[in-house]
Amino acid sequence: MACIEARGLRKAFGATVALDGLDLRVEEGRILGLIGPNGAGKTTALNAILGLVPYQGELRVLGRDPWTERDRLVREVSFIADVAVLPRWIRVSQALDYVAGVHPRFDRAKAESFLAKTAIKRGSRVRELSKGMVAQLHLALVMAIDARLLVLDEPTLGLDILYRKQFYDSLLNDYFDKTRTILVTTHQVEEIQDVLTDVAFIDRGRIVLECSMEDFESRYLELMVSPERLAAARALGPIHERQVLGRSILLFAGAERQRLAELGDVRTPGIADVFVAVIGKETGQESAGPGAAR
Amino acid sequence: MRTRPMYWSVRRELWENRSITLAPLSVAAALLVGFQVSIVRQPERVRADVLAPFSVAAGLLSITAFLVGAFYCLDALHGERRDRSILFWKSLPVSDLTTVLSKASVPLVVLPFLTAPVVVLTQLVMLVISLAPLVQGGGVASYWARLPLFQSWVAMLYSLAAMALWHAPVYGWLLLVSGRVRQAAFLWAVLPPVVLSVVERVAFGTMYLSAFFTDRLTGWYTRGFVLPRPGAPALEPLAAMTPVRLLHAPALWGGLVFAAAFLAAAVRLRRYREPI
Repeated sequence: MACIEARGLRKAFGATVALDGLDLRVEEGRILGLIGPNGAGKTTALNAILGLVPYQGELRVLGRDPWTERDRLVREVSFIADVAVLPRWIRVSQALDYVAGVHPRFDRAKAESFLAKTAIKRGSRVRELSKGMVAQLHLALVMAIDARLLVLDEPTLGLDILYRKQFYDSLLNDYFDKTRTILVTTHQVEEIQDVLTDVAFIDRGRIVLECSMEDFESRYLELMVSPERLAAARALGPIHERQVLGRSILLFAGAERQRLAELGDVRTPGIADVFVAVIGKETGQESAGPGAAR
Repeated sequence: MRTRPMYWSVRRELWENRSITLAPLSVAAALLVGFQVSIVRQPERVRADVLAPFSVAAGLLSITAFLVGAFYCLDALHGERRDRSILFWKSLPVSDLTTVLSKASVPLVVLPFLTAPVVVLTQLVMLVISLAPLVQGGGVASYWARLPLFQSWVAMLYSLAAMALWHAPVYGWLLLVSGRVRQAAFLWAVLPPVVLSVVERVAFGTMYLSAFFTDRLTGWYTRGFVLPRPGAPALEPLAAMTPVRLLHAPALWGGLVFAAAFLAAAVRLRRYREPI
């Protein structure tokens, strides 16, 4: 069964169309990165999946309609909307008490043991913790919930690189297994490229690319070529081209690795580079993208 | 594992809004200081009308409960959007109905149940600190005879219940405004009744609306008690209560219908609206 299945998902706020017929299918046990420029409809898509806003079109999450069956679904879906949503007045012990008191699938011992590995004190209020510690606390609460879908919306925004790495390491080692599904949006896409099993690009309310990382890696190739071979490489029809230190880097979709290797160094491109090529083509501008948006 | 979303939601409100407990306690402490001073400086005045300071204490603590409840409601559904914590609350299996009802229960249930023991304790302390000077004056027996404390406690419980029911639509309105506005909740809550009253006065020369809104604040008293008449001796607390008249007042039941409608609208708003 698909964990998330959206067909023709639409959502408009007045004259602004946030979702314009979005199609998406995420199988159980996958980690999907949803990548898109600011204002592409990422958060609206997540809100629809979480049952936070009504929508038009067809949407099933864990086999349920998230809007009409939100009360049942919310027990099986966890959600971290960036780092700053834990109430600042709450004490760590109160947060544990509260989640334990309202969530039937929360395992308090698990949260406690995760917190024991951090420097977070039980008596501290959230406002007294550093940003990184707040993220650790939120992660401890969420990882102790036995959920089938975890939605992360910019979960590491504003954290330093150590906390960001730790965040995803914990998620992969202590939480993720084949029965769970993770949906994550982030602008720091290079950092999670190895974490993802699937990637989807969203632009102007539509999915413009959706594939597994294996397909991604076999489909997209990056060729670093010296000036004298540039013309030959260009003849093979790259989808994007950029200059780095006097050498040209050409991005190919569906080209033969063997033929490219004859012209220069071939490697797997970063998601960000493919994103710039694909979305830049769509919008007719080449500078927009996760790298530029940061 | 058994969960109790309502219970924990109410506790959560008490964790966040410590003024719910601190305000009545601070007012009680201030009252006791004032009473102590009055005993030292004007013992004959205390002897002349022994019940008065006790009634003032009960009255002031009840008004405190109303004010705390009103300001709490104004912020209750606004604060969680302002600090974006609504995204955390909504990630947990607590429905919008439970959330709004837990917030409404603070002024309607928690504050009355909290105020009653604070009033009783305050009055007991007042009794203790007023006994010593009065024993010296030799009037303890007559003092006690003129101090119908148990009766006044019954009247106080009745007042708290009557106030909560009568003010329910006020709290409902404040919660709805709090869930609706992006800023200046107080203005949006208070301006409509004030402006409507003034417009009516200007346009028709009548004051029905201002009378209506005033009654919404004070009607529990004017209908729930025999009003003291100037010159006539004050009635004992129990004799002054008119619960039957209060319960027969259509405005009481109409108000409760409005309260339910306001709360339903607040639930719907929290459910349908973009969280931030």
